[in-house]
Amino acid sequence: MNAHLPSRRMILLGGLGTAGALVVGYAAWPSHRLEQDDALAARPGERFVSNWIKIASDGTITVVIPHCDMGTGIYTALSQMAAEELDADWSKLRAEAAPPDPLFANGALAEGFILSGQNMTADDLPAFLRGTVANTFRTVAGVMALQVTGGSSAIRFTGVYGMRLAGAAAREMLVKAAAARWNVDTASCTTKANRVLHAASGRSLGYGELVADAATYTPSSNPPYKPRSQYTLVGKPIARFDIPKKVDGTTNYGLDVKQPGMLYAAIKISPVFGGKLKAVDSGAVAGRRGVVKIVRLDDAVVVVADRFWRARDAVAALEPVWDNQGNGAVTSAEIAARHTAALAGNDLKKDITTGDGADALPRGRLVEATYSVPYLSHAPMEPMNATAIWKDGRLEVWSGTQDGLGARAFCAKTAGVGIDKVTYHLLPMGGGFGRRLPGFFNFLEQAVKTAMALPGKPVKLIYTRDQDMQHDYYRPNVTSHFRAALDAKGAPLAWLNDYTTDTGANTEAHIVYGIANQALRTAKVETHVPVGPWRSVEASWHGFFIETFVDEMAHAAGQDPLAYRRALLAHAPRHLAALDLAAEKAGWGTPLPAGRARGIAMFESFQTIVAHVAEITIGPGGALKVDRVVTAVDAGMAVNPDGMKAQIEGGIIYGLTAALNGEITIDKGAVVQANFPDYEMVRLADCPQIEVHLITSDAPLGGAGEPGVPPLAPAVANAIFAATGLRIRELPIKNHTLTVAAR
Amino acid sequence: MTVQLKINGTVHDLDVEDDAPLLWVIRDEVGLTGTKFGCGIAQCGACTVHVNGNAQRSCVTPVSSVVGAEITTIEGLGAGGLTPVQQAWIDHQVPQCGYCQSGMIMAVSALLKTNPKPSDAELAEAITNICRCGTYPRIRSAVQSLAEAKS
Repeated sequence: MNAHLPSRRMILLGGLGTAGALVVGYAAWPSHRLEQDDALAARPGERFVSNWIKIASDGTITVVIPHCDMGTGIYTALSQMAAEELDADWSKLRAEAAPPDPLFANGALAEGFILSGQNMTADDLPAFLRGTVANTFRTVAGVMALQVTGGSSAIRFTGVYGMRLAGAAAREMLVKAAAARWNVDTASCTTKANRVLHAASGRSLGYGELVADAATYTPSSNPPYKPRSQYTLVGKPIARFDIPKKVDGTTNYGLDVKQPGMLYAAIKISPVFGGKLKAVDSGAVAGRRGVVKIVRLDDAVVVVADRFWRARDAVAALEPVWDNQGNGAVTSAEIAARHTAALAGNDLKKDITTGDGADALPRGRLVEATYSVPYLSHAPMEPMNATAIWKDGRLEVWSGTQDGLGARAFCAKTAGVGIDKVTYHLLPMGGGFGRRLPGFFNFLEQAVKTAMALPGKPVKLIYTRDQDMQHDYYRPNVTSHFRAALDAKGAPLAWLNDYTTDTGANTEAHIVYGIANQALRTAKVETHVPVGPWRSVEASWHGFFIETFVDEMAHAAGQDPLAYRRALLAHAPRHLAALDLAAEKAGWGTPLPAGRARGIAMFESFQTIVAHVAEITIGPGGALKVDRVVTAVDAGMAVNPDGMKAQIEGGIIYGLTAALNGEITIDKGAVVQANFPDYEMVRLADCPQIEVHLITSDAPLGGAGEPGVPPLAPAVANAIFAATGLRIRELPIKNHTLTVAAR
Repeated sequence: MTVQLKINGTVHDLDVEDDAPLLWVIRDEVGLTGTKFGCGIAQCGACTVHVNGNAQRSCVTPVSSVVGAEITTIEGLGAGGLTPVQQAWIDHQVPQCGYCQSGMIMAVSALLKTNPKPSDAELAEAITNICRCGTYPRIRSAVQSLAEAKS
């Protein structure tokens, strides 16, 4: 896919010729901006030598990270990438968050999309960026002003196109500075552990000593990179920077903000999405201890008090009257009927067609199945919250979001002031998973509006868990109808997939399997339920649909599910290798006791291929236990192998919670589930043994946070079929009765 | 009215209602924010503290029920330097977002006092805290390493 990429220079020139669209990742580079950067983030004695790296005169290197910490370890991994090319002394390196300022917009992220061949029109943007566009700008130039953390993009875009470049360019500037001072050729100089060395004369200079001179050179946009074979930091399981502060309670999340005289706010939002507040009698809480103010928002009522529990109890005692805007009778069953009707209707849009498309369907034996997945809540452990103070026409906000710059712009827009009137403090997040991406900032809007009702007072708005769960932007409810035609030997002649969508066609529905005749169509279904990107986004449902249907085809063909997939992957050696490795490590094909079975699934997302083999037991009474998940991952190369494994483990467990239990249902226009008993999580007792095997290939670096999720549900569902003969076509699995098949 | 609470060895005279939840009193009155809010109904364990050495979910604990008790939070647990549990959490690179880990570490620390070598099954039965990032496999291996160190 990346075989014919234009060179960097061509992108630069080409970009200038097409409405400035392609150049901004680069426009971040010219040295004329260094002074501005210094003014924003450099401390005395430090100078920026590039956008993402600064080196102090004592040799301390700070890597400025245009992302936020939501627990994926990217501060460490991105620093490894920069330090590798810089030949930094790791002990002198630290990472720091980029200020939420346009100067620190993540051009590398934008460039990554360009180089991936993804055109950045608003409608084609990947889901995790869509909110940015919808809220702030619809131009490509605007999209460049990103600091988004999502889409498993940090390593593959910020790292590949930003950190490596910054490290290599900074190293080259330091070498030039040393060579000039010694009056020698740059080619005779080498670098190691924060020093430039001149072997011929035995001289060396520390990076710190060279900073002032180095900063006079213009950073190259095309510096030489190390070959992977010379890496000493990338590929090593280096301990994460952030972990020590996460074991002693000293990491300050958004929830932990302290400000003098701070008040606390609790909210009750219209249970029916989009509903409006008609009236609320505040008399019920007027005399309560600590209650300061009742704030009426368009769609919510907020109680501000001197302590959170007093605000929480007071808002619970209020009985607001809502205008449900006509959505007060919507149910999950009614929404499901809309999906079924859309797929049966005449308004399907063509996604892709290959070969003879649907015309090939009558040529073989028909296999047909319809699948669906429910709405899901993100449910990060830290409920949504934000602290804000509105004073003298200026706004100051503290919150954990997946886009500091986007959050700052959003707050400015909410307050009706320019971005220069807003100070935004980006704090670590107690989980993101897509919930805290731009476009999904209901909590920020409410916090800003509440603070503006109490000028001069810092107010911390905290969602109770029920508000968090019932006012999320959900993983959409999706239905997919498959038809395949198999030849006499069971090989697929045709593959048809009609699926519902809340947006448009999803590239994640496109299959890697070699099937000549394909026809994919979409049917748009819109509801009043707000939806958004949920860990692995579209791959979270298409992975389940595709990998379950392929399993059904294998069964219809009377073939082993692994062998069946292998036969369709002759053209895809990396996919084949991942599948084979997972199967081999899991002991695919070796006998298991009665009631136990294995299932396999493989899916590529975010440029990373993941194959899972799930091993399950169906116990007495049909109780399901997922005993073991064996996984093979090809992300090209893991920058931090231990961090990569941690992300895949996390993806497996996040996917398992969804597969087993995850279900948000709608009744009377509102979410039924309110807290963890009714939206149950996998806990230690349900956590399988997990083995993650990493494949190193020469492929471009892929993402880590999300790709573990999509193949998990189908691997488990396929194992259930192997054990019981029951095909799971609707998630979650808890809604099915499992019985071990007679042997 | 005044409630007297002993938290991490320090006695605090607090002007709060008898039924004020211990979690929010610790966080908002005393100012110790290492203890987290996750669900408010004792389901997730993010708010776990020690009351007389036992793990207790503070979000549903009325302060009146812990008057006179020794209350320990994550800040008190490691006050004399990292405990072996905290060190094992670093060694095994357990935390991801880290939000649930104060509660996790408090719950595991209390368990290990009564059962220094829990099996995986005993661990799973005792520790029902939720981690949404999915750090359970590392929690398991960290606890195993602590159990082995005891052998």
